[in-house]
Amino acid sequence: MISLGVLSPNRPIPRKYLPVLVTGGLFLAMFVAGGIRYEGFASGQVVLNVFIDNAFLLVVAVGMTFVILTGGIDLSVGAVVALATMISASLVTDGGWPPTLVIPLVLAVGAVLGLAMGCVIHYFDIQPFIVTLAGMFLARGLCYTIGTDSISITDSTYTGLAQARIDLPGGAFVSPSVLVAVVVILAGAYVLHYTRLGRNVYATGGNEQSALLMGLPVARTKIAVYTISGFCSALGGVLLSFYMLSGYGLHAVGMELDAIAAVVIGGTLLTGGYGYLLGTVLGVLVLGLIQTIISFEGTLSSWWTKIFIGLLLFAFILLQRLGAARRT
Amino acid sequence: MAEPDPILRMIGISKEFPGVKALTGVDFRLLPGEVHALMGENGAGKSTLIKVLTGVYDVDAGRIELAGAPIAFTGPLEAQRAGISTVYQELNLCANLSVAENIFIGREPRRFGRIRWGETRRRAAELLARLDLDLDVSAPLSSYSPAVQQMVAIARAVDISASVLILDEPTSSLDAGEVAQLFRVMRRLKEEGIAILFVSHFLDQVYEIADRMTILRNGRLVGEHLTAELSQVELVGKMIGNELADLERLDEKPKDLARTGDVIIEARELGRAGAVQPFTLSIHQGEVVGLAGLLGSGRTEIARLLFGADHAGAGEVVIDGTPVSLRTPRAATARGIAFCPENRRTEGLIADLTVRENIVLALAAARGWARPIPRRRQDELVEKYIGALRINPPNPEQLVRNLSGGNQQKVLLARWLIVEPRLLILDEPTRGIDVGAKAEIQRLVVSLSDGGMAVLFISAELEEVLRLSHRVGVLRDRHLVAQLPNDDDLTVDVLMETIASGARP
Repeated sequence: MISLGVLSPNRPIPRKYLPVLVTGGLFLAMFVAGGIRYEGFASGQVVLNVFIDNAFLLVVAVGMTFVILTGGIDLSVGAVVALATMISASLVTDGGWPPTLVIPLVLAVGAVLGLAMGCVIHYFDIQPFIVTLAGMFLARGLCYTIGTDSISITDSTYTGLAQARIDLPGGAFVSPSVLVAVVVILAGAYVLHYTRLGRNVYATGGNEQSALLMGLPVARTKIAVYTISGFCSALGGVLLSFYMLSGYGLHAVGMELDAIAAVVIGGTLLTGGYGYLLGTVLGVLVLGLIQTIISFEGTLSSWWTKIFIGLLLFAFILLQRLGAARRT
Repeated sequence: MAEPDPILRMIGISKEFPGVKALTGVDFRLLPGEVHALMGENGAGKSTLIKVLTGVYDVDAGRIELAGAPIAFTGPLEAQRAGISTVYQELNLCANLSVAENIFIGREPRRFGRIRWGETRRRAAELLARLDLDLDVSAPLSSYSPAVQQMVAIARAVDISASVLILDEPTSSLDAGEVAQLFRVMRRLKEEGIAILFVSHFLDQVYEIADRMTILRNGRLVGEHLTAELSQVELVGKMIGNELADLERLDEKPKDLARTGDVIIEARELGRAGAVQPFTLSIHQGEVVGLAGLLGSGRTEIARLLFGADHAGAGEVVIDGTPVSLRTPRAATARGIAFCPENRRTEGLIADLTVRENIVLALAAARGWARPIPRRRQDELVEKYIGALRINPPNPEQLVRNLSGGNQQKVLLARWLIVEPRLLILDEPTRGIDVGAKAEIQRLVVSLSDGGMAVLFISAELEEVLRLSHRVGVLRDRHLVAQLPNDDDLTVDVLMETIASGARP
């Protein structure tokens, strides 16, 4: 047997996990630094609060991770979130529909929007950037055809879910939305790593032409990721309507950018093919923890959040660049 | 012995692209348990025939039968399901996925929809062991060399229980040992009754492995022959028509060794960490300097340093006696240096522009946007170089993507010739192109140097380097170990020994 052992890579730590480790390290460092600087910061509940305040963003970012792994982008997510809150609020408050009917309907609307954008992107071979930009305007505009003002939700199911606390051992608690987000994350990770759809997502992002020539269903995969992203956005919208108890066309403005930032900070390559959902979760947590630290600081304006996110993004993009340079 | 029935039969296949008749009434058949070579120059229609067969392109006319039943695939997936697997010239794997995954993606063993990774890895390792390969199947494919990646692609194709295996230029990136290994695998598959369609430009390899060959020229069938009944000279004659004499005319070394033109460019202790050790090299006017060495020995890196595509970490470049800083390709171009890179598809040509636009690109860039080239002047120039380089089809408005590899290479050459550089750097200009186009490019190099142009010629084929160069620089492990005048003592054997040992014996 001819050994090609000399050609084998020498990998002390699998380099593919490095970006996730960096993000995880950053999160830990921020948590420790916060704990030293502020009283009452170093508790599990602070982290859980980050989950509670960002459950909708987590769900949206899961969908975004699927899209970015194929090398695409979805700019419509924030607008779809807003549309979901608007449809929910108008049907529940003005229409008097039961939530058990409204929520599945809203999820279906999001998925169908995503499906439509995916089809346009694939069959007409148009850049995802411009198609989802159009989808963003469309969804945002549709919000205002429903109503220009904020519609508050007073339905008992919604208010009940908004106030519900799920107690954890040790006096800590989370909201039902966090459970939903965790289920979505676990399901997403399972799909990405243990199903053909997930592997096709990685293959398509790695080299679309190759994936096609290897006989993989590239069309189905690309359309599926935008559908998943649309679905996740709608679900994020439902969670946001629990959190805000209102529907409004100006909800979640710029959330697509937060989601993209979280995915990138989580180590997923914008060119596709490399990245993990765990990284995305850590990315959202880092963003949330920045906000927490700034609120603990007390004297800083909340705009500092944006400044830190901007600096972090720069740092992580440069890191990706260096990683890519070493790979080739 | 009676011939078995063909497993695959293509009858009267025609295919036309805008402005190009790629195939005209081609017949082809493939018998089970044979290695069948598809021969022809670049642009003869080999790739098109394969793509028609695997459903990448529709046929305009003709029909295809697999085991007697008519087939019309809509894509490679369908062809694969029917038992026709292809390993293309360009690697079609996903470098970001693991070795095991590249072999099994789309066909992973599953239980209730869940991929069984342990099983996938075990089966991948077994399969590779059958092909005498010992790889870490969970390592990403990108951590292996192109040669190993090629083997993985073949392993994948083989495992798809193929009755027909198509290997399109599988050997172009493999070294001799790996080629031998591949051939062992091919013979084993042949014994299993698999029909193998093999495309290669290396005649020796074709004669070593193929039982039968079909020859195409200009999209038409020239003939089908048993390898044993056709000599190499006859084969080349059939492939390139009546241009055989051209090849022989070039089979002599450049005569006037004492090129004493002025030194055009001199690299003094030029180097870049991790790419190439500091080297000193001067190139005279009208001189062809060959660079020989193994793949990865630093040949391309030297070219890139001289062209300013990479920044030198050490040393300096002296042009006409003055030290200059070549920080960008633009600076190098302004000083009369031109570079045809190795990877013409990704680093040179713009596939969606026409032949004319690609050819005038460098000249237009040199003049700047404020001084566009008049259209009439463009047409004249392009006409001249299409004629001089015999670019086929001779249509300036043809999109470059529709040209064959050899003709694309000529377009790239034309682009740089048009700016009349003083130093032309050619990195593997003849790789993957056929004998006819190869001879034309070699002849061109000779005539350019006769005209006073300096040429830095990089090639993996030592015969070619010897035939063209006045002086040969030998690289070994990123070191320029020797610079040998191409006198009567210099032979391929001497070059090989120098590459192997690092000094002239």
